[in-house]
Amino acid sequence: MNWLKAFRAPLLMALLTLGGLTSALFGDGFWNALSWCLLAIPLLTLLWLIWIRPLRTVSKDH
Amino acid sequence: MMRTATLRRWYLIHRWTSLVCTLLLLMACLTGLPLVFEDELGDLLAPHVHPAQTTSGASTASLDRMVVQAREIYPALHPYAIGFDDDEPRVFVNMTATENPKSISEFHQVIFDRHSGVKLEEPKSGSSVMNAVLELHRSLFLGLPGELIMAIVALCFVASLVSGTMLYAPFMRRLRFGTYRINGPFQLRWFDLHNVVGIVTLMWMLVVGTTGLMNTLATPLFRLWRMQTMPKLLKPYHGKTKPAHVIPVDEAVRTAEERLSSMEVASVLFPNGAVGSPLHYVVWMKGETPITARLMTPALIDVETGSMTAARPLPWYLRALEVSRPLHFGDYGGTPLKILWGGFDLAATLVLVSGVYLWLKKQNPFRAELIEDANAPTVQEAGA
Repeated sequence: MNWLKAFRAPLLMALLTLGGLTSALFGDGFWNALSWCLLAIPLLTLLWLIWIRPLRTVSKDH
Repeated sequence: MMRTATLRRWYLIHRWTSLVCTLLLLMACLTGLPLVFEDELGDLLAPHVHPAQTTSGASTASLDRMVVQAREIYPALHPYAIGFDDDEPRVFVNMTATENPKSISEFHQVIFDRHSGVKLEEPKSGSSVMNAVLELHRSLFLGLPGELIMAIVALCFVASLVSGTMLYAPFMRRLRFGTYRINGPFQLRWFDLHNVVGIVTLMWMLVVGTTGLMNTLATPLFRLWRMQTMPKLLKPYHGKTKPAHVIPVDEAVRTAEERLSSMEVASVLFPNGAVGSPLHYVVWMKGETPITARLMTPALIDVETGSMTAARPLPWYLRALEVSRPLHFGDYGGTPLKILWGGFDLAATLVLVSGVYLWLKKQNPFRAELIEDANAPTVQEAGA
């Protein structure tokens, strides 16, 4: 199904974000570290998609 | 597959809800960024004397002795209230001339180290840059009307996120996740950028948007509750004269912390015939974890017997609103969380800017094409 396919990766990003946002609420130490790791994944994915990968494509074209 | 009429309707909802809120959201994103780093920036903008480093769990020094010191500094004034800093072990002793100060300038503050009881400083009154940024972020300097405007902004933001998500699937039908056609026409690049940044940060924007809405509602609702509850709670004692002998404030705080065991003290109002009770300390207690930190409970401690006369926890609707509030601030999980928060904030700014750009280019037939394109059958569907 198209809908499911389009939302597979976004859903994963959403769950990672939600887990990261809530885990730091439960306590410090482990919960904070878990929160940082989970939240870093969508941001690093974004960095890869809109910055690093385009730069590599451009440099390959030359 | 979504029908063209439905798609167009979602598109219009997305466009108009976004347009209503974009400008103020941009303001909220830009002012929110320094607010997340308030503690770090606070030192730059409003330098203050730091308390000594101590291991956590150190006990609070005598509050009464702090009050005595404050009285020596301001012999003409009376202790009005004591506040406890959320971030650092600091105690604020507020002195005033009257029982019913009308403006912030009537307060004279002396700040103490919570653990050692040593005086840190007497700050000059006056609002800081960060307070102004916070007021702009919360209420556009307009008070309650501004708060309500920001509530509408938050509501439109959430509606625009939902409608944007509804548009995402049809537009991405034949594209891979994260498509960013860097070599395509300028507008296509911005369109891709808007999509990819929007969808990756969707959950963060949803959470910060809805909790922002809850914040704008929680502040006036809390004020309303306090206005309705406190006079009722204090009425029996109105007009009574203050007793000659008053128990130490340390004892009042200890009683409140013993009786409300999962809470900690947030502030204490001294016996006061005008705004409090002449026969009680009003000890405001709050929860101990990030989730419960804003669940305030006022406790009345009798100044003669030292017993707790009454405590009034928040009603359920305020509890629900207050519990969700930390999720708006991003300051509950150490500096790395703040940095990640800043990253999400910048990404959200990019979504707003790219959205405005795409709207400004409306004379271009490009968007109509995109809608048609999104609704055209895919190669596989046509072949099937």
